[in-house]
Amino acid sequence: MKRSMQKPDRNLVAPSRAIVKLERRLFLKQGLSLGALGLLSGCDVTDADAVQKVLWQMSRWNDGVQAAIFNPNKLAQEYPDSAITRPFPFNAFYSEAEAPRVDPATYKLELSGLIRDKAPWTLDKLYALPQTSQVTRHICVEGWSAIGKWGGVTFKTFLERIGADVTAKYVGFKCADNYYTSIDMPTALHPQTLLTFRFGDELLPAAYGFPMKLRMPTKLGFKNPKHIAAMFVTNDYPGGYWEDQGYNWFSGS
Amino acid sequence: MTTQNNQLAARAGKILVHPLMVRITHWINVIAMLIMIFSGWRIYNASPIFPFKFPVDLTLGGWLGGALQWHFAAMWVLALNGLAYLLYGLFAGHFKANFLPLPPRAVFNEFKNALRGRISHEIGVYNAVQRAAYVGVIGVIVVLVLSGLVIWKPVQFQELGAIMGGFEGARIVHFFAMAAVVLFILVHVVMVALVPRTFLPMLTGHAKTTSDGHGG
Repeated sequence: MKRSMQKPDRNLVAPSRAIVKLERRLFLKQGLSLGALGLLSGCDVTDADAVQKVLWQMSRWNDGVQAAIFNPNKLAQEYPDSAITRPFPFNAFYSEAEAPRVDPATYKLELSGLIRDKAPWTLDKLYALPQTSQVTRHICVEGWSAIGKWGGVTFKTFLERIGADVTAKYVGFKCADNYYTSIDMPTALHPQTLLTFRFGDELLPAAYGFPMKLRMPTKLGFKNPKHIAAMFVTNDYPGGYWEDQGYNWFSGS
Repeated sequence: MTTQNNQLAARAGKILVHPLMVRITHWINVIAMLIMIFSGWRIYNASPIFPFKFPVDLTLGGWLGGALQWHFAAMWVLALNGLAYLLYGLFAGHFKANFLPLPPRAVFNEFKNALRGRISHEIGVYNAVQRAAYVGVIGVIVVLVLSGLVIWKPVQFQELGAIMGGFEGARIVHFFAMAAVVLFILVHVVMVALVPRTFLPMLTGHAKTTSDGHGG
């Protein structure tokens, strides 16, 4: 009897505990919107910084998860020529008119890092490599997608030709438009990863990345560097133009 | 343990409406789902499927990259919390006890009554429309997660993508599953506002049985 008398008392306490819980939740929710506000205004709120830090750490975690999910033998779907999106959308951090004009006569691809033969490559030498082409879907981080046809040399073949250390972690790229990015070695060695010189049935136009674009149907569009001027193999995380601003680094499909 | 507590509580005029596990997963889901929806709207705005955008003030992340970071962080909370809830529901008998039976005729009749403003609600027991709505929204969230996986990894999960019409199809599935969840949330919140005594039990777990067993 005494026990059951105590029960209602405990239950009388319960609502106030619930209010405390509710307040805690409201505080959490306000914390979240504060974090969002900090992101919007770019102001230096400590809470916003803490939230930012967690989000960046989660993005690094997602890099690891994606690397684990990535199946080096799984091929992206290929399409018939009739499926090609025309006109293929132009996309860069600048307008189409601002796309760099690279002089094919003086162009040389610079190599550095964990590569045995670092001699620069002229376009004629690159064009002489065994060529192949594929029609695949380009998926933009923004959500749109378009099907295009790219032709060039299988990147794995090129990496073997230059004696790249394929046990290294990253391949990094520096581009003529000051863009830069980097990819993981398993993706670099994927059979559909091509160093391309052609778009459709013509030479890669300036808008699409002349003289060359690394085409990976297993990565989002921004991971596919255009106007490549230099590449390097490294074990030190090289980051990237968008990646350093917050886009997920692995960004694999 | 729960039964024992329930008996004690029942003697004191209280019944356990929502077990602790349901309450915890419910509120974690609220936070995760709101982050997913508001960051998702920002991501949608970067390349709208339909000829409209979501008001920027209602979005989370500040820009596409920020929204993606929120979306890909909260997705783990949503998925792991959802998984815990599903396992609990299936193996602790929660689904069987609360969502079954689910006769379509009863759902239809009670839905008709509800539209006429006659809502039968007995605290601690879900009526047929509620059962259908809760089972339905669980199914929709599963579709939401699966279509999200296809958008995230259209090559690695291409077999799953094939049943949704590939990458572009999965975007549309993802959008409408989101819309269905938002609709559910709106109705759910309106119902709680109409029958406010259902709110506290989702925090405390318990409700009084003596004052009013049946609502009207």
